[in-house]
Amino acid sequence: MPKSNPSLDMTPMVDLAFLLVTFFMLTASVRVSEPVIVDTPSSTSEKLLPDNCILITVDNKGRAFYNINNGEVRMKTLERMGQQYKIDFTDKEKKRFAGMTSFGVPIAQLKQYIDMEDPQRLKVKSSGVPLDSLHNELGDWVQFGRIEAARQAKAQKDKADKAGRTFKYEPMRFAIKADGQANYIAVKQIIKVFTDKDIYRFNLITNLEQQQK
Amino acid sequence: MAEVNTGDGGGGHGKHDKKRAKKASTRIDMTPMVDLAFLLLTFFVLTSTFNKAKTMEINFPAKPKSEKERMKINNALTFILTREGKDEKEDGIYYYYGEFYGPNNKDGKPATAYTKTDFSKEGLHKLLLDRNKPTIDALDALEEKYKKKEIADTTYKRLALKEKGKKEALTVLIKADDKAVYKNIIDAIDELNICNVGKYAIVDMGQGELDILNAVKKK
Repeated sequence: MPKSNPSLDMTPMVDLAFLLVTFFMLTASVRVSEPVIVDTPSSTSEKLLPDNCILITVDNKGRAFYNINNGEVRMKTLERMGQQYKIDFTDKEKKRFAGMTSFGVPIAQLKQYIDMEDPQRLKVKSSGVPLDSLHNELGDWVQFGRIEAARQAKAQKDKADKAGRTFKYEPMRFAIKADGQANYIAVKQIIKVFTDKDIYRFNLITNLEQQQK
Repeated sequence: MAEVNTGDGGGGHGKHDKKRAKKASTRIDMTPMVDLAFLLLTFFVLTSTFNKAKTMEINFPAKPKSEKERMKINNALTFILTREGKDEKEDGIYYYYGEFYGPNNKDGKPATAYTKTDFSKEGLHKLLLDRNKPTIDALDALEEKYKKKEIADTTYKRLALKEKGKKEALTVLIKADDKAVYKNIIDAIDELNICNVGKYAIVDMGQGELDILNAVKKK
């Protein structure tokens, strides 16, 4: 009888393990720490949040935070906001802003906020993006974000058409992530900002809860 | 003989040992690398998966262009959400059927009375199941047909949607006062989704309704 070898060949297993490691490393997105922690209420809805969206976070004190997850659109939006409010953002600031997450400061303080280092930025007490009727910055953010996203989608479509590929257009969605204990009035104000811009369809972000039968 | 034998055997063994040692040296021990690979794998699996948020889609009614455009709703059920009790810490939910009539209305109808309910299974859930029974029964019948393969899935979806959007189907209006918290709204909408209510909207509360609510809460 041939002597069986006690050590087995691990190469395929290692190959597989590294393949998976590479896969997860590439698909994992870096989680940037948010300025506020929001405890969303739970629901039985299983729909996933679309990638292309403007996200407004409302914390339990009713402060609003704004976010677009597409870096390029973020940069363009900041540029437009700068023009609107007569604030010059340098290219470096725009780049940094593109990599940031939600923010909740008025545009007048935004420049300073962008220039901060990350750990320092987390300590800032955000006052929320102003959204009252006199000073509706949130409305402008939403409007410009929407325009820039549409522009980017169009550019991508043109490019795809030229190359003969089909481009699947994903419409911009508007998501509200509010804390369960936030006052309804705060959320209603956000919704009003949207409905004033003729946006009537929202995604409300919730936790998944098991349906009881 | 014995010496030669030993010598031969010893030599042979020695030769053999040497060869084996050489052979073994070409193999690298991969265990630490595998350990590391799996450690990383575990780390990425655990950190990456749970970050896609779940959402609930909702449509808000567009503002009516004129007062005339306001449609009349048949089979309406209105929920009024608030907070009540000591320090207004408890969730309060009231409801009424049909249209709202103030205390001294022109039509001479009796003023609308609110009924109190709660977010439990026996409260809101049961109430909605009762009120929405025709729709739920119709949907169940459709599902039965679909399971027996009498209708295709696209037809099933279309018919189910049509059933939910029927003119006679229950329409729910959700109104919240200044004190209500966001969680209550989500809970209410979620319950409507569970109970297959297809037509619902979040609308503003009128002053008359607020007055009655305050009166009811004081009791």
